[in-house]
Amino acid sequence: MGRLPKWNEMQEGFITNTLSESINKTGTWRTFKPIIDHSRCTKCGWCVIYCPEPCISFESSGDGKVVIDYDFCKGCGICAEECPIKCIDMVMEE
Amino acid sequence: MQKVEPFLLSGNLAIAYAIKQLNVDVVSAYPITPQTTIIEKISEYVAKGELKANFMLVESEHSAISACLSAAASGARVFTSSSSQGLLLMHEILFITSALRLPVVMVVANRSVSAPINIWNDHGDIMPQRDTGWIQFFVESAQEAYDKVIQAYRIAEDKRVRLPIMVNMDGIVLSHTYEPVYPLSDSEVASFSPWNLSLKRLDPDNPLTIGGFCYPDYYFETRYQSSKALEDSLPIISKVDKEFGKLSGRSYGLVSPLKCDDADAILVSIGSISTTIRATVKKLREKGKKVGMVSLKLFRPFPLNELIKSIKNAKAIGIIDRALSPGAVAGPLFTDVTSALYLSKMSIPAVNFFVGLGGRDVKVEDIESMFANLKKILKSGKIEKHSYYVGLRE
Amino acid sequence: MPFKNLKEIIVRQDFFSPGHGLCAGCGAAQIARIVMKIAGKNSIMINATGCLEVSTTTYPWTAWKVPYIHVAFENAAAVASGIRAAYDALIMKKKLDKDVNVVVLAGDGGTADIGLQALSGAFERGDRIVYICYDNEAYMNTGIQRSGATPYDAWTTTSPAGQKTLKKDLMGIAIAHRVKYAATATISYLLDAANKVEKALSISGPSFIHWLQPCTIGWRYDPKLTVKLSRLAVKTGLWPLYEHYDGFNKLTVQVPRRTPVLEYLKLQGRFRHIMDNQEELAKIQSYADELATKFGLGPVTE
Ligand SMILES: Cc1ncc(C[n+]2csc(CCOP(=O)(O)OP(=O)(O)O)c2C)c(N)n1
Ligand code: SF4
Ligand code: SF4
Ligand code: SF4
Ligand SMILES: [Mg+2]
Repeated sequence: MGRLPKWNEMQEGFITNTLSESINKTGTWRTFKPIIDHSRCTKCGWCVIYCPEPCISFESSGDGKVVIDYDFCKGCGICAEECPIKCIDMVMEE
Repeated sequence: MQKVEPFLLSGNLAIAYAIKQLNVDVVSAYPITPQTTIIEKISEYVAKGELKANFMLVESEHSAISACLSAAASGARVFTSSSSQGLLLMHEILFITSALRLPVVMVVANRSVSAPINIWNDHGDIMPQRDTGWIQFFVESAQEAYDKVIQAYRIAEDKRVRLPIMVNMDGIVLSHTYEPVYPLSDSEVASFSPWNLSLKRLDPDNPLTIGGFCYPDYYFETRYQSSKALEDSLPIISKVDKEFGKLSGRSYGLVSPLKCDDADAILVSIGSISTTIRATVKKLREKGKKVGMVSLKLFRPFPLNELIKSIKNAKAIGIIDRALSPGAVAGPLFTDVTSALYLSKMSIPAVNFFVGLGGRDVKVEDIESMFANLKKILKSGKIEKHSYYVGLRE
Repeated sequence: MPFKNLKEIIVRQDFFSPGHGLCAGCGAAQIARIVMKIAGKNSIMINATGCLEVSTTTYPWTAWKVPYIHVAFENAAAVASGIRAAYDALIMKKKLDKDVNVVVLAGDGGTADIGLQALSGAFERGDRIVYICYDNEAYMNTGIQRSGATPYDAWTTTSPAGQKTLKKDLMGIAIAHRVKYAATATISYLLDAANKVEKALSISGPSFIHWLQPCTIGWRYDPKLTVKLSRLAVKTGLWPLYEHYDGFNKLTVQVPRRTPVLEYLKLQGRFRHIMDNQEELAKIQSYADELATKFGLGPVTE
């Protein structure tokens, strides 16, 4: 981010509509990274619904596989823990 | 302006009548003497269908002001009123209302604060609210209370202002005393202070986040912004008052001076006591005494230039406080007025008179004694004491 | 129509944006997201001061894609009521035509303690709001101090030897106000929770949801266990899932065979100090047994 706004450049009344996803990339918090084994994934959706960010979704194009947006993934491990067939691995970040 | 017959109304009833004419949408308040009859009357208007509003029966003043705040953020025109302990309970939310720039209008029937519990008038409740960022008026009559409430909505809802407003009216003395009040017609009120939906902030079609958290990198700017808005509202307040004068024949100014031009001794005051001082000045002038007075109609933002203009020729000034500020250098009004003098590079001798706490009567003789006190300073050129507790058994 | 499967919930649009600052694995984030998926676009979100508020609205950004307001700690219910009153009045006066859902998410401190008075007022008035308490069983935002919802024996910074009283019965308090709809929920029983939110939104007066939220920092557990702990709370009988509608309680999730409370407690650092204390463990077990009797849950099986 560049220079911070002056007082009269901020919306009045302490208001904002800038979404956190547009500027706050929480992926940097991560120590362990979830890796999905797509060959085993049944696309059941539990990881999608339980991700607290949320940053897992079904890809809208292609075959609709489950994708993780690593820009936001904090590496909590809930997806891996809750995956019914345990096809997500938590691996140490490089 | 068509000719109208006056109504005989107390300050509280005059306010309730204005609220009805202003077609307020949400009223949320909690009973406390001496403000209660305002909300009783409004409830009656709502029950009879004379005012189409949502009257929220809340369990505390804290909730009353909280609900007004969010209702205003939802685009409604809102009203609340309180006094004393109730106002103190609102304290926390008052800061938030101004920082979020929401046009809440509130009437305060000024009353002393506990302990001991006492239901009569002084300014102990309002002075702790000085720094809450609200525009604050003081009135001297039921008529003025009525007029100011109508002006208040116009000012608060002005896009350049968007700040909450308190209209202060001395409890019992004004809230419960009946006097003839000349009302405007409903249509005059509607066209002078029209409601407009563009103030709406909580709108699913334009989702905004209001009132979140911030680190030191934004806090200062945010607080400065609302503080600056308060400062900048002064000319708009003045203009609205003048326009109101054109409509009604009544305008009040930011300060109301009497005989200040050639007065040696001047008393500065706020609220209903000013009426007694005005009468005293007239009486003393008849005796040839060069005395004057000025009443502040607007307390926040502080009308520094207007006040200085009226007191600049004085040789001694008495500043009247109806609230104590324990342990401070002086009373709240004294501190403001002497700061104004300092900033204007004037050093006029000034003393602080504390009077009328908890409804203690302030009589013409008390005012005369204050002028006599100032006269001593004029003669000797010396200030013996800075603070006097007039009427206190010492 | 109640939700029948997970997909029906997943396909709902999200109004809670990633990039928020809640802890990794925070259960409050899951709640916020699910609630917003169900409440949808035409909703206004109100928060009390707390973890959820400070970590989702850190200026200049916000995680909320619906109108959002936070005012203070103790007044979320009053703020919600003010919005309700405004919309009702403006619609009555034909100044507006579109109504909204008014939804509160407030912590256990903001609900059971400092906010209880304002909540009582809103319940009593019958204001049409959905009030959801996300209960992480302590004041987390200020660094894990006890609240009226902290469970017996739990460590917090202000109950260093363990909390010595039982959790306040918030559902009981809501029901005593004759709210038409009140329910308990937790994230591990997702369909149950989603359907309760949906039902709460349809009620013509105030509705209340008491939602247990595991907190990785305050409960001292590995963040991956958030859902698992939420499940164990139900399985042990410590968090019965039920709803109260029109005067009657109904269990919504049966637990035919209960898990011993130890299985739940031992995963949480906040109970570490009682792990070898059979007497205290027995007390908590008997509290779970009491709840099980009250709600008709099954027996404990090892
Ligand atoms: C009147 C007031 N008192 C105290 C605080 C400090 N405070 C802010 S959040 C908080 C605790 C919030 O606890 P809870 O409601 O359980 O939410 P959590 O942070 O656990 O999500 C406290 C004590 C405050 N903001 N306002
Ligand atoms: S590790 Fe946590 S944050 Fe990352 S994708 Fe899985 S659930 Fe989401
Ligand atoms: S939980 Fe596991 S199986 Fe289900 S969609 Fe996610 S990765 Fe695939
Ligand atoms: S402290 Fe607990 S409630 Fe707060 S953000 Fe972290 S996990 Fe969530
Ligand atoms: Mg909490």
